[in-house]
Amino acid sequence: MGNYFNEKMETMSRDEMLALQSERLVDTVRRVYDHVAPYRAKMDAIGIKPEDIRSVEDLSKLPFTTKQDLRDNYPYGLFALPPADVAEIHASSGTTGKQTVVGYSKADLDVWGEIAARAIVAAGGGKDDYLHVSYGYGLFTGGLGLHYGGQKMGATVIPVSAGNTKRQIQIMQDFGSTILACTPSYALYLGETVCDMGVQDKIHLKAGIFGAEPWTEEMRREIEQRLNIKAHDIYGLSEIMGPGVSFECAEQTGMHVNEDHFIVEIIDPDTGEVLPDGSEGELVFTCITKEALPLIRYRTRDISMLSRKPCSCGRTLVKMAKPRGRSDDMLIIRGVNVFPSQVEAALLQVGGKGTAPYYQLIVDRVNNLDTLEVQVEMDSSFFSDTVRGIEEQEKKIAKQLDFILGLSAKVTLVEPKSLARSEGKAVRVIDKRKLHD
Amino acid sequence: MIIKQLSVFVENKPGRLAEITALLAEAKVDIRALSVADTNDFGILRLIVNNPDKAEETLKSHGYTVALTKVITIGIHDQPGGLAGPMKILYENGISVEYMYAFISKTVNTAYVILRVEDNEKAIEVLQKNGVTLVSEEEVYSM
Repeated sequence: MGNYFNEKMETMSRDEMLALQSERLVDTVRRVYDHVAPYRAKMDAIGIKPEDIRSVEDLSKLPFTTKQDLRDNYPYGLFALPPADVAEIHASSGTTGKQTVVGYSKADLDVWGEIAARAIVAAGGGKDDYLHVSYGYGLFTGGLGLHYGGQKMGATVIPVSAGNTKRQIQIMQDFGSTILACTPSYALYLGETVCDMGVQDKIHLKAGIFGAEPWTEEMRREIEQRLNIKAHDIYGLSEIMGPGVSFECAEQTGMHVNEDHFIVEIIDPDTGEVLPDGSEGELVFTCITKEALPLIRYRTRDISMLSRKPCSCGRTLVKMAKPRGRSDDMLIIRGVNVFPSQVEAALLQVGGKGTAPYYQLIVDRVNNLDTLEVQVEMDSSFFSDTVRGIEEQEKKIAKQLDFILGLSAKVTLVEPKSLARSEGKAVRVIDKRKLHD
Repeated sequence: MIIKQLSVFVENKPGRLAEITALLAEAKVDIRALSVADTNDFGILRLIVNNPDKAEETLKSHGYTVALTKVITIGIHDQPGGLAGPMKILYENGISVEYMYAFISKTVNTAYVILRVEDNEKAIEVLQKNGVTLVSEEEVYSM
C-alpha cells in the first residue's frame, strides 16, 4: 500500500474524481434543500432548485455560507439530521463572538478518521508508530481528530492532550512517542524545553503533524532542528470537519485536499468570483459526504492558492498553499494588511542564529492613528553590553518590519520568557483598539 | 590583563535588581564593582564579580540574557588628575571609550577604573607603554 492510506482515492484520475464529486454534490444539495430550512430559503431566494445542480460545474450557482450563517442559526439550525442521528458535537474556539457548533453522524466520524489517517500515513506513520497527541481534547477538534485518525490507520495513540510540558516530555521518553501532533507554536515550545532539559537524545520522535494555526517555513525548519523530526502541515476547520481536510506529503510543498469529501474553490474575497488555479484568494469548501452538517461553499477567510502540478508522492489530489493566515488573524493597521506570520519572518531574517524569538504585536490607536509595537524577547543573538548595540538591534528589526509590512513599528526588546506562553494557540496579537470602541 | 565583566539585560520593571542580586548572593558570588546603563525601556547591568563564570551560569539558568564582556582595569592614583592622564593617552592614540566606571579599593590612594574599549589589545599596549598600571584578572577577582 506504500505511503497511502487509501490509494484508490488519493491517486484517482481527474476525470474519475470529477465524476465522483459531481455525483456526491448532487446528492448533498438535494439533502440540504430538503432538510435544512435556511439553505432552502437561500436557494429559493435566488431561484435555484436542487435539479439545477447536475455536476461540479454548477457549483458556482450556489450561494456561499459564512460564519455568520452558523451564528445566526446557533446552535443546530444548519444541521441536516435529527438529534437522534447526531453522534458527536464539537465547537470552534471562535475568537470573536459566539462560538460555532458543529455536529457529526457516526458515518461523519468515520470519514473524519479516514482523512486524518491519510494525513498521518502521508507523514510517514504506520501501525508500529506511537502517536503522541498534544492537541487539546474536548470541544476543540484538534485532539479527537488526530485521535480518530490514529485509531483508523492502526498506530498506538497516546492521548496526552495539551498542557504540562515537562510531563509531555517525560511521556515521550518513557512511552517512546514517534509522531507528535500539536499546534506548531506548542511544538516550538516543546522543542525549546527539550533542549533546555538536555534530553534531545532520549526523545525518539521521527515526524510531527502540526496545524490549527498559521506558521512559517522558518518555524518549520526550527521545529525540525530542535526535535530532530520532519514537520508536516495539516489543515482543517471544524465547520468543514476538523484536521485532515488537507494534509502534507513528504514533498512539503502544499497540502493535498481530500477531494473525494470536499470540493475546494478559490474566490476573490471582494467579488466572490471563482478564480483559476494558481491565483491567490479565499479558500471555499463544500462538503460532499457529510451527513450532519453539510456546508455548501463555506467561506473560510483563509488566503491561499491551489496547484494541480503533479506531485512526486503520486497523489492526484489538488494541493493548497499554506494559508498566509486566517483573516481572523489579519490585522488592518493604518490601512495595511498585517499577518503575525510576516512579523515572524522579519524576526527570523534579523536573528543571526536562525531561532525564532517569541514576539507579540500590540496594536493601539493614539489620536486617531493606529500604532504598532512589536515586543520581542531578548535572545543572545540580539544582546549587547552597550545601549547603542541593543538600540541598533531594535532599529534593525524595525527596518526589516518596515520592509516586509510597509509599516513603521516600535520595537521593544523584553526579557526572555516574559511574554505569555500559551500551551494551546499562541497569543500573537493584543489589539487594544477593540477595547476603546 | 583582560577582565571578564558580566553584562545582564534587565527590563525596566520593579524587582529585577532585587532578584538578580539575591540570585548572586545565593550562589555566593561577591560583587566587586557595578554600573547600570538605563534607557526608557531597559537597562544593562554590568558587574565585576569574584567568579564571573559561576555568576553567568546562575543567571542563565534563571532565564536571564547574560554575556561575558571583555574589559580592562587600570589602577590610578586617587588624587586630582589621576584619571586625566590615562584618558589623554587613550584619546591621543585614537582609542574611544564605550563606557567606564570606577571603584576605590582597600589600598590607600589607589582607585580602579573599568574600561570598555573597542580594541583591548591596543589599549593595553599604549597604556603600558606610558606607564599606566594594568590590573590582572586574578587581582581584580580576589580584591
